[in-house]
Amino acid sequence: MKVHLYERIWMIAAAAVIAIFLGTIAVGTLAQGSQPPSHVETIDPKAVWTDPRFANRGVEELPDGAVRVTGIAMMFAFQPGEIRVPAGKKVTFRLTSADVVHGFQIVGTNANAMVVPGYVTQFSTVFDRPGEYLIVCNEYCGLGHHMMMGRLVVEAGQ
Amino acid sequence: MNGVRRLATAHLAVAVTAFGIAAAMALMQALSRANLDLPWRSPKMYYLSVTAHGVMMALIFTTFFIMGLGLVLTTSALGRRVSHPRLAWASFWAAFGGTIAALWAILWGKATVLYTFYPPLKAHPAFYLGLTLVVVGSWIWSWVVIATYRAWKKEHPETPVPLAVHGTLATIIVWLIATVGVAAEMLFQLIPWSLGIKETVDPLLARMLFWYFGHPLVYFWLLPAYVVWYTLLPKAAGGKLFSDPLARMVFAVFIILSTPVGFHHQFMDPGISSGWKALHTLNTFWILFPSLVTAFTVLASLEIAGRARGAEGLFDWLGKLPWGDPFVASVLLSMVLFAIGGFSGAVNAAFDMNAVVHNTAWVQGHFHLTVGSAVALTFMGVAYWLVPKLVNRELELALLAKVQPYLWFIGMVLFAIANHATGLMGMPRRIYDPSYMGHPAAEQWKALTGVSALGGLFLFTSAAFFLLVMLGTVLAGRPNNDDTVSFAEPLEGPPLRKSIFDRFGLWVVIAVALVAIAYAYPLAHHLSMQRFGSPGFRPF
Repeated sequence: MKVHLYERIWMIAAAAVIAIFLGTIAVGTLAQGSQPPSHVETIDPKAVWTDPRFANRGVEELPDGAVRVTGIAMMFAFQPGEIRVPAGKKVTFRLTSADVVHGFQIVGTNANAMVVPGYVTQFSTVFDRPGEYLIVCNEYCGLGHHMMMGRLVVEAGQ
Repeated sequence: MNGVRRLATAHLAVAVTAFGIAAAMALMQALSRANLDLPWRSPKMYYLSVTAHGVMMALIFTTFFIMGLGLVLTTSALGRRVSHPRLAWASFWAAFGGTIAALWAILWGKATVLYTFYPPLKAHPAFYLGLTLVVVGSWIWSWVVIATYRAWKKEHPETPVPLAVHGTLATIIVWLIATVGVAAEMLFQLIPWSLGIKETVDPLLARMLFWYFGHPLVYFWLLPAYVVWYTLLPKAAGGKLFSDPLARMVFAVFIILSTPVGFHHQFMDPGISSGWKALHTLNTFWILFPSLVTAFTVLASLEIAGRARGAEGLFDWLGKLPWGDPFVASVLLSMVLFAIGGFSGAVNAAFDMNAVVHNTAWVQGHFHLTVGSAVALTFMGVAYWLVPKLVNRELELALLAKVQPYLWFIGMVLFAIANHATGLMGMPRRIYDPSYMGHPAAEQWKALTGVSALGGLFLFTSAAFFLLVMLGTVLAGRPNNDDTVSFAEPLEGPPLRKSIFDRFGLWVVIAVALVAIAYAYPLAHHLSMQRFGSPGFRPF
């Protein structure tokens, strides 16, 4: 197969660009421990309100100083609707849905997750900047989707 | 046109009608998002119109256009009639009947589940059955095209298949592999569940099956556009195809890489392990490669065209291209928009950055540049070129046709930039009202949603021009008997011997193996977990 010299150069360059893209991801994965968010845990969506894992909804401080937020997404609200967490500490969210698929996005941060009924979503992040943040549902969940919102308050440390 | 004129005309008529319905729905959404106080504006109408827009544009307009175009390209390039014309009509009627059923369910408010129809949102059974029928129709069409190709091959065992048919067959292979996923979702989950035979459904399994289908779906849309860019555009611009063998390589790479990438739509989902998401990321990035090769080949072909038209400098060949020809201008502008959309796609595929833009307005900015421009604008250009041949008339309202692609370009630039920007600022996609009770974060989006609405007005005007030209041509175009479909000649002459890229069987085997690697274990593991189903909800 005859390939023109310029096109050969272009193909090598294209492959190199893709390799660089993947390289930046590899650096993030290997050096900074970033990886695709994931957590595999199931739950009966018809019994989320009585499941002991979701009995204490709200913010808990764990013995190791980390913070855990437990919440349920439902049409068309987050429960709890307001979350207060300290700045600069690792915050782990544990979420599930009582009905349809929802999204959980804290505007202005990289906290963004799908909340799928039958599954527990878990991810951790650190909020560096104190302030008040808007939480929105970013997956269509019915006619009240655009009204499904919550509030995150990041409080400055002592 | 070898006896497919009526068949192709019927397909394009459905496609253009679906486009018109979808465009009207889109205008309402753009204005609603800008919070304009319109009399008929309500959440019910908004989410219904998002569903109708998505289904009519992404599933019906594209599928019917591709089926019609595929029949024309195959019969013209092979110089023979379609095998089994009756089956071809059966495929049309199956898909058309399915379209009507789904459209009824949507417009009567019984299926406001958007075009991704994630359970446990539960639509009327007619919605699921209708869309399944569309896919069944497309399968029959695939079989008809393959049978036509095989009949040709029997008579020409040593000849490489013409490039247009090579690309059409690649499109069909991608589609057949992809639709296994959505067929499984429909037949084993959604249809029995919506009919009440099954009580519950596993929403995550449905998402896995949907995105197994949902990403290769975009290549089902894109590959026919690439066939146009490679085999029709250089001819219409007055040039030659720079490299025939590399175009075949591009189609072969799409066959193997289109499907094992679906988890990049599910980076933020629970229930799928990190490692498998990472593997799909790797595959996703390599699928940029054939598009980058396409950029070179198509631009080089256009340079040949510009030089044949008298260009002599380094870049003046660009200006010499026939920018006033509606077909050529549509395709050229669609390629410019696609170049931008390709890069925002690379951002989506990188899971760290995806966390910032996932399910935000960024995503609709992205896919309106890809399927909404690279594909839709190319198809509109093709319609300017093909419909006159199908109805034996000259293009009517030619001035509108000349202006239309530029309006689309301006509208799409405004729309896409505004949506990419508001997405980065955290505005969710698919929301009726972005004000969030006046929250300061939401206040920042306001000016840009206005820009997006302005883009929507340009796009709607452009769509209206397109529809007027189509209608005018069919009803009032001057008679013209030119119905020749001719393809661009490769610079080096047509290939004489088959290459490895013509061995479809080999590429299918590799594709299936890669799909098995990417999906067999995650699916088997998923099915072996203790899972709990969800009952259905109809919050619409």
